[in-house]
Order: sequence, then C-alpha cells, then structure tokens
Amino acid sequence: MNSSVAVEWKAVCKVSDVLPGTGVGVRLPAGQAALFCTRDGQFYALDNLDPFSHANVLSRGILGSIGDRKVVASPIYKQHFDLETGQCIEDETVSLNVYPVRVEGDVIEVAMSAAH
Amino acid sequence: MAKQQLLLIGHGMVGQRYLESLVAQGGREQFDVTVLCEEPLPAYDRVGLTSYFSGKTADDLSLVPQGFFEEHGITLKLKTRADSIDRAAKTVTTNTGETLAYDKLVLATGSYPFVPPIPGNDRDNCFVYRTIDDLDAMIAASKGGKVGAVVGGGLLGLEAAKALHDLGLETHVVEFAPRLMAVQVDDFGGGLLKDKIQELGVTVHTSTGTQEIIDGESCKHRMVFGEDKHLETDLIVFSAGIRPQDALGRACELELGERGGIVVNDHCVTSDEDVYAIGEVALWNGRIFGLVAPGYQMAEIAAEHLMGKAEKAFQGADMSTKLKLMGVDVASIGDAHGNTPGCRSTVFMDQTAGIYKKAVVSECGKKLLGAVLVGDAADYGNLLQLCLNEMDLPGDPAALVAPISDGAPLLGADALPDTAQICSCNNVSKGDLCAAIDGGCMTVGDLKACTNAAGTCGGCAALVKQVLDSELEKRGVEVNNHVCEHFPYSREEIYHLVRVGQITTFDQLLEKHGSGDGCDICKPTVANVLASCWNDWVLNKPHAGLQDTNDYFMGNMQRDGTYSIVPRVAGGEITPDKLIVLGEVAKKYDLYTKITGGQRVDLFGARVDQLPEIWKILVEAGFETGHAYGKSVRTVKSCVGSTWCRYGVKDSVGTAIQIEERYKGLRSPHKLKFAVSGCTRECAEAQSKDVGVIATEKGWNLYVCGNGGMRPRHADLFASDLSDEELIKYTDRFLMFYIKTADRLQRTSVWMENLEGGLEYLKDVIINDSLGIGEELEAQMQHVIATYQCEWKTAIEDEEAVKRFKHFVNDDANDDNLQYVRERGQRRPAYEHERIEMVQEA
Ligand code: SRM
Ligand SMILES: Cc1cc2nc3c(=O)[nH]c(=O)nc-3n(C[C@H](O)[C@H](O)[C@H](O)COP(=O)(O)OP(=O)(O)OC[C@H]3O[C@@H](n4cnc5c(N)ncnc54)[C@H](O)[C@@H]3O)c2cc1C
Ligand code: SF4
Ligand code: FES
Repeated sequence: MNSSVAVEWKAVCKVSDVLPGTGVGVRLPAGQAALFCTRDGQFYALDNLDPFSHANVLSRGILGSIGDRKVVASPIYKQHFDLETGQCIEDETVSLNVYPVRVEGDVIEVAMSAAH
Repeated sequence: MAKQQLLLIGHGMVGQRYLESLVAQGGREQFDVTVLCEEPLPAYDRVGLTSYFSGKTADDLSLVPQGFFEEHGITLKLKTRADSIDRAAKTVTTNTGETLAYDKLVLATGSYPFVPPIPGNDRDNCFVYRTIDDLDAMIAASKGGKVGAVVGGGLLGLEAAKALHDLGLETHVVEFAPRLMAVQVDDFGGGLLKDKIQELGVTVHTSTGTQEIIDGESCKHRMVFGEDKHLETDLIVFSAGIRPQDALGRACELELGERGGIVVNDHCVTSDEDVYAIGEVALWNGRIFGLVAPGYQMAEIAAEHLMGKAEKAFQGADMSTKLKLMGVDVASIGDAHGNTPGCRSTVFMDQTAGIYKKAVVSECGKKLLGAVLVGDAADYGNLLQLCLNEMDLPGDPAALVAPISDGAPLLGADALPDTAQICSCNNVSKGDLCAAIDGGCMTVGDLKACTNAAGTCGGCAALVKQVLDSELEKRGVEVNNHVCEHFPYSREEIYHLVRVGQITTFDQLLEKHGSGDGCDICKPTVANVLASCWNDWVLNKPHAGLQDTNDYFMGNMQRDGTYSIVPRVAGGEITPDKLIVLGEVAKKYDLYTKITGGQRVDLFGARVDQLPEIWKILVEAGFETGHAYGKSVRTVKSCVGSTWCRYGVKDSVGTAIQIEERYKGLRSPHKLKFAVSGCTRECAEAQSKDVGVIATEKGWNLYVCGNGGMRPRHADLFASDLSDEELIKYTDRFLMFYIKTADRLQRTSVWMENLEGGLEYLKDVIINDSLGIGEELEAQMQHVIATYQCEWKTAIEDEEAVKRFKHFVNDDANDDNLQYVRERGQRRPAYEHERIEMVQEA
C-alpha cells in the first residue's frame, strides 16, 4: 500500500456544508482531519490533532493569512499552521500532515492518507 | 555580637522611606529597629491627603506594604510620642512613660502647620490641614455647617479650600498677601488663578488680614477683617505655612537654625554624630524643604550613611511644582520670579481661555531659568528638563510659551540625557525608565507598576509617556497601535470606520480599509466591534467565521476540546426549581459541576455535539446564555442587601438584576464585570469591578475601573449619592465611551491608566458631557439593549446552525480521543500521564 502512488479518495461532504472562512472535522480511516474552506473558496485539509494541546480541535480554529501564507490558528494556544504545508509558524520543529483535497461536482473528497 | 538599637522618631512619609531603604541595605542584621509614631495610623500619603475627600480611604493612602513590620521584625509603636531626648544617657522618653535606649537616633518629625496668633484662633471648629485626624474632624464639623473659610491662599490653603468645597460648603479663601500662591507664581499668574477659582464658586479675599474671630450671627464664627468688613463662617482651616517640628531637638540642645529646623550636614547628621534628622524637620544649608522628594533623598542618604556607605551626599533639591488646584493646572519652575540678575521674561496670556505662561531666560537668551504656568501646564515636564539640565534652548525663547499649533512637544524626549530625572517624587531617571522598557514594560501602566514613576503626584506622566514612545520606537517596536498586519488602524479607529461608514460585515471592512485575508487577531476584534455597534446575531453567516471558537460554539473551550456551559444567573439570584434543572442536566450528561467565582454555576465537559440539546433543555426551563465565553458583560455580583440583611440600606439584588438585564449580551473590548453592594460593608466586592455600585443612605455610589485578576486595581469613586436614573445614565455613557475608545483586550482598569487626563477627564466627559456626546452614547446603548437576543435560543431554533455542532462533518461519531478520570465524585479530563494508549481500529 505504501508503495502505491495512486491516491485513494474519500468523499466527505458537499461544498455547501463548509462555510467559506471556516473549518469542519473529517473522519478518515486513519484518523481525524480538519477540512477548511478559505474566503476565496479553496479547500485544504490538515491533521485535526493540535500537537500543542493534544486535543482534536484544529477544525475549530480561525483562518487567515500571515504575509502571503494562508494559515489556521489553533483555538487553544493560538499557534499558526500553514494550510499548504502544515508547517507551524511559531515552532519550526512542528508540522502537521497535509491531506490533498479535490472537488468533484458539488462533492468534496479528501485523500485517505497524507501527502509526503 | 549584640545588635545596636536604632530608634526612629516620626513615622511619616520620609520615615517610612527611611525604613525601606534601611531594610533594602540589610540594616536589620546590624540594628534592632523601633519606630515611634505619634499618629494612630502608620505612614500614609500626605501628598494625596485631599483625595480622602473624593473617596480614597485611609487604607488606600497607606504607604506601608502589607506585612512590612512583621516581615522585617521592626517594632512600631502607634500613638506614641517622644517627649524628651537625653543625649548623654542616650535615651528617649515617651508620653506612655517608657524610656528607650538608643545607639543611633533618627528624627523624622516633619513639620506642623503654623496658626497665626489671631485672638479666637482656638475656638471650636478651627482646624489645621495636616493629618487624617484633622480631616475626620473637618468632615464631622462640616455636617452641621454651611460656610467654610481657609486662612492662607498658598498651595496647601487652596487644597484645603478644595476639600471644603467637596464637603459641600460655601467656601472662602482669606489671603493676607495681594495674590494667591505668592511663593510660586507672579502677579499675573496669581490674578488669573484667582479668576479661575472664583469661577468654580470659591470666594477669594486677597490683601485681607483677620484681626480677631468672635461669635457670629448667622454662622458659628465671625472673622473680623476691619472696621466694617467681616465674614461669617461655620468652620475655619488655618493654612498659613508650616514650621519644622523641632521641639525635641531644641530641648536637648541640638544645633538649630535661627528660624528653626535641626541643622544637618550633607549626610543628614546633626550636631550630635549619633543623631540624624531627615525630611521637613531638617535644615540643610539654611534651607527647609517642604516637599516630599527632597525628604526621600535625605532618607536614602541617611540610611546609606548609617550603613557605612557615604558615597551620596545631599546637594539640595529643586523646588519646582506642578499641581492641579480645584481643576486648574498650576506650575512653577526654578527662578519663577526672575530674580537672577540680567534675566529676561517672555510672557503669554490669554484671559479668555484662562491661560498664563511665563518663561524666565538667561541674559544670553540660551538657557531657561524658570517658568510659571497657569491654566495649561502641559509643557511642565519639558520646561523642567530644559531648566534642570541647563540645556540650550531649541529655538526662540518665545516659542517656549507660545501656544503650539501642531501639538509637537518642545523638546523630544530623545534630547534628554540618561541621567535626567523624570519623576522627582520617586527619583526615577530616564535611564531607569529605559531599563524598565528593556525589561519588558510596554505601557505607562507597566512603567508605573515597575518603577513607581508617575505614581505620586502625577506631574511627570506626560513626560514618562514621551520617553516610552520614543524608546519603543528606537527599539524597533512598532509604536503604532494597528490591530494587525491586515488593518493599518487602531481598534478605536476601526470602531469609528465601522460606525461612520455603516459597515456591517468583515468583508466590507477588509475591502475598503484592509488587505490580505484577515487573521485570528483582527477577525474577532472586528466581529466584536460589529456586535457592539449593530448587535447582529454572532452566528449570522458573514460573522460566524470571525468568531473565536468560544464565541462560535458559545461555550468556553476546555483543555481537551470540550466546552463549558454557564447559564446567566442575574445577580446570583436563582429559584430552587432552576437549581434543580441545572442539577438534572448535569447528572444526565455527567457534567462536572462547579460554583463559579461569579455567583453562578458552570457545567464542564460538554461535547460540541451535545451543546444544542443541552441548551434546548436549559432554554425551555427559562435559562439564557451567560456569555461566559464572550468579550462582553459577564456577571453582576450582588450581596443580599436590604432583602434580608439587617444592615442593607437598599435593594442590591434588585438593582444587580436590573443592571444585568440591561447590559447582558453587550460586547466590549474586553470582559466587563459589575457588582452591587447593599451597604458600605461591601460584601459584593464592588470596588474590584469594572463598574461597582454601593448603596448609601442617600443613593448609590458609583465606582469605576476596578480589576481583579492578574493585576488587581481598586476602582475609583466616580460619583456619589446618585438616583436610580443617574446611575443608569452614567453607566450607559461610561460603558459606551469605553467601547468606543479602548484598545483590543484592554480592561477598563488599564484603559483608565492610559487615558490622558485620567479620572477627572472621564468625569468631565460622562458627567459634564464636555465632548457633547452624552446623548449619542445613550442612544447607541439603547440600540444594543433593544436588539438583545439570547444567542443560544436563536441557535437552537435555526436548523442550519445546529448542523454545525458536529465533531465530524461526515460521521455521527464523537471524538475518540477523550478520556476521563473520576475524582471527588465527578469526572475530569485525564492528564497526559493517566491516558491509556488507544489501539487504532484496523
Ligand atoms: C469559571 C471561572 C472560575 C471558577 O471556577 O470560579 C473562571 C474561569 C475562567 N476564567 Fe476567570 N473565571 C471566573 C471568574 C473570574 C474572576 C472572579 C470574578 O469575576 O468575580 C476573575 C477576577 C476578576 C476580574 O476579572 O477582574 C477572573 C479573572 C480572569 C482573567 C484575568 C483577567 C484580568 O483582567 O487580569 C482571565 C484571563 C483573561 O480574561 O484574559 C480569566 C479567564 C478565564 C477563562 C475564560 C480562561 C480560558 O480562556 O479558558 C476560564 C474559563 C472557564 C470556563 O471554561 O467556563 N479569568 N475570573 C469563573 C467564572 C465566573 C462566571 O460565572 O462567569
Ligand atoms: C495637604 C498636603 C498636600 C501636600 N502636597 C504636596 C505635594 O503635592 N508635593 C510635595 O512634594 N509635598 C506635598 N506636601 C508635603 C509633604 O506631605 C511633606 O513634605 C512630607 O509629608 C514630609 O514628610 P516627613 O516625613 O518629613 O513629615 P510628615 O509626613 O509630617 O511625618 C512626620 C510624622 O512624625 C510624627 N511626629 C512628630 N513629632 C513626633 C514625636 N515627638 N514623636 C513621635 N512622632 C512624631 C508626626 O505626627 C508625623 O506623623 C503636602 C502636604 C500636605 C499636608
Ligand atoms: S484562575 Fe486560571 S485556572 Fe483558575 S479558572 Fe481562572 S483562568 Fe482558569
Ligand atoms: S514627579 Fe511626582 S509622580 Fe513623578
């Protein structure tokens, strides 16, 4: 499985289920992800587990930008994570898994395993 | 080795500073210290004495840190006066009959008010103005009287006049000299000051001497001025100067000055090498210093000398002063009268605006020698620095007093040397401030807490702010107060843009005035401002994504990602039936239950998907959201008051409920807490709240800008004996003015500390409506009150909104990461070390 290059997709919800500028939690076979829709209608998915508080809460963070980077802020201790790369802005040793997302018609699909 | 005995006579401002200095230098290891204090109270802030009439208590004025005497093992004998000193035997005898031996003796007996030898000066209701006891006696006497007179129009006399005025008496000032404050200001300045003070309703009689005081006809006394000139008054306060309290020294034959004062050298040693004198009793180089700052310097120098360090020597002190007398700024610097040979003066006078300024410059026109400022003393700090540091004038001397049109300070704080003394009361130099800024101070409030600068008379506050701004800028800290990179505006400016531009969504604001996507700083700030202005439902689509998670889910997120539930319990009053509902809900959902510090009940550990169903039950039982999650009005704490309490003078619970119902849901720069107490025993702790209300026999006393939390602050008395209507009116205006002008996450306490003009300015805006915005503020508040809705009630009735309360968008399962431990009969989230490793399902 690990050697497979083919991405396995999982349909998770409709486009209208995620309000632009907010996030939702997504259950994947491998664990939990946070799916975000930015103001401009782009979708991103990262781990839902906040590595600083060990709580599954990142889907409830506030979205925004720092310079050119799109980020989400953890709702617990407010660290920021880059939506494209999962990199934590405040601590370069910490980064989250990123899950590819695609939109098929009005359905959002998230990759079942993280991109590497 | 046995310790030596150190005896301090007099525990006033300077005596206390001496003890602190001694302790700081380890003096307790060498000396056993005993302090004789004639007054019934340990040292208090005499400089701030007059604030006793505007609400400060003896406790507020105390200068002694809690536990100071116990901690350092110093013996304090209150109500004990030294009656004589035997220098040969090295003993002191007290009025309580004790004889105490000393190795070293320190005299800090201060001074006493001079009472002119007018026949009748010892009649009842004749007072001096020096101690808290004096003030208590004046307050008692004022109750039966209508008129009060002060003999003496100097600095202290005018303070006493302010006190009489505050006590509600028709007030007169009787001054022998042809002008007020003869020592500090000149004829023009004194004349202007007289006009301004008369405008405030105090009658000033200059060039008037009192010949005798006899029985009056309409009042208790008649002060006879001349053949057919007199004044009838009920009480008289003598404030005709001070004299050093040197009787002890005279009796034991220490060297005294011709006109009194115990002679000291540069280290405050008297003619007996085992006896020191410090403060107002000490005569140095033929001079007595009637201000506290030189006294503090003496205290430090004497303590160092005692400890065998004699590096510092007393070199005299600057007698410049700045005061606010009955709301009028008055300042005097250096050679105010222009006595230096060859000096020249530049004067600016505007009688309409009530401003007089004079600068005295040297013959060469390059140095400032002195100044007088009346009506506008904003330049005091700068002029003082120019004078003290003998700096070259930045330009034309006339510019020193000319009204400045662009508001730029005369002299940048940058130009000052590090040694420049910025706060003379507390001897804080520019270098000290810089060190504190390096240590992390970012606001005037921080600097005050850390260095004490601006903490005594406040005269240096403007200059402290200038130093702060320029130093922060130098350190590359952006002094701009922009909320974040997306909006080049302060919170106050954003509030204004929203109001004036009728902006109703974040996107509109971002398009018009911002850049980028926004962030977790500006989004909640703007959401909060929008709510303060228009009061839309927080979960309306354009607002939902702006909210902090606490506001989005209308509960406080806990460390494991679950939420707490705090229904409103207005005033802390709750029926048994409602309590039962809370118990039932907690039991059904196994919620950890706790009584909060805000007189209500907190239910912890609700999962996000459980929130709507729990709130449905609560709303049906008549509960509303308590906004424990919002930057908004939290609780109005109350004591039981006249409802049951035998001391209650008013219905504090009823008023607390009324206030909470009125302001519930109001969103603000930071949270707002209120309390109402039913009498002065103050069981609701109203003086620690943003808005505190205390019942009196005559109405309500309103306190503002208190804080508990990280840096507690006592609230300030804002207005007394208010009717119900006045109470609400002032509170409406106060809250809206705070909402309009405060910074993001700035509690009212910090806001007040950074507000230019402080409490007096705030009173002016709210009570006197000096900005003419009173009605507007009330109308804005009325809008918020009229559009209140229980956010949770609206949420549970909105199907689409309820759908958002799910842990997963694609599954009804719950967070599988939650683990609990039971403790004291309830559950709590497991700590990291208690967690059991979860096995992943295949
Ligand atoms: C529940 C409670 C403690 C308790 O078990 O009693 C509490 C709990 C919290 N307080 Fe508090 N405070 C509670 C009364 C207080 C009080 C006492 C009071 O109000 O009489 C104070 C001091 C008074 C004051 O605010 O001036 C207080 C001063 C703070 C502060 C410091 C504020 C400051 O200005 O220094 C914070 C931190 C902040 O707001 O930035 C804070 C923040 C918090 C937070 C919101 C921390 C957080 O972000 O999670 C806690 C959330 C609790 C929750 O999940 O519901 N809490 N907190 C109390 C709730 C009262 C209520 O019924 O609403
Ligand atoms: C209303 C008012 C306003 C003022 N405003 C200002 C101001 O704005 N700026 C400023 O710099 N200064 C101001 N001052 C002056 C300032 O308060 C004094 O300079 C300062 O208090 C002097 O301190 P001290 O310790 O020498 O004397 P004090 O504070 O007077 O203390 C002396 C203490 O010794 C006690 N004592 C005397 N004899 C004996 C004895 N035999 N045995 C035991 N105890 C004894 C006295 O009872 C007293 O408690 C003001 C003073 C007053 C009254
Ligand atoms: S004091 Fe600290 S730990 Fe306790 S409730 Fe308040 S914020 Fe939480
Ligand atoms: S000069 Fe008095 S407080 Fe600073």
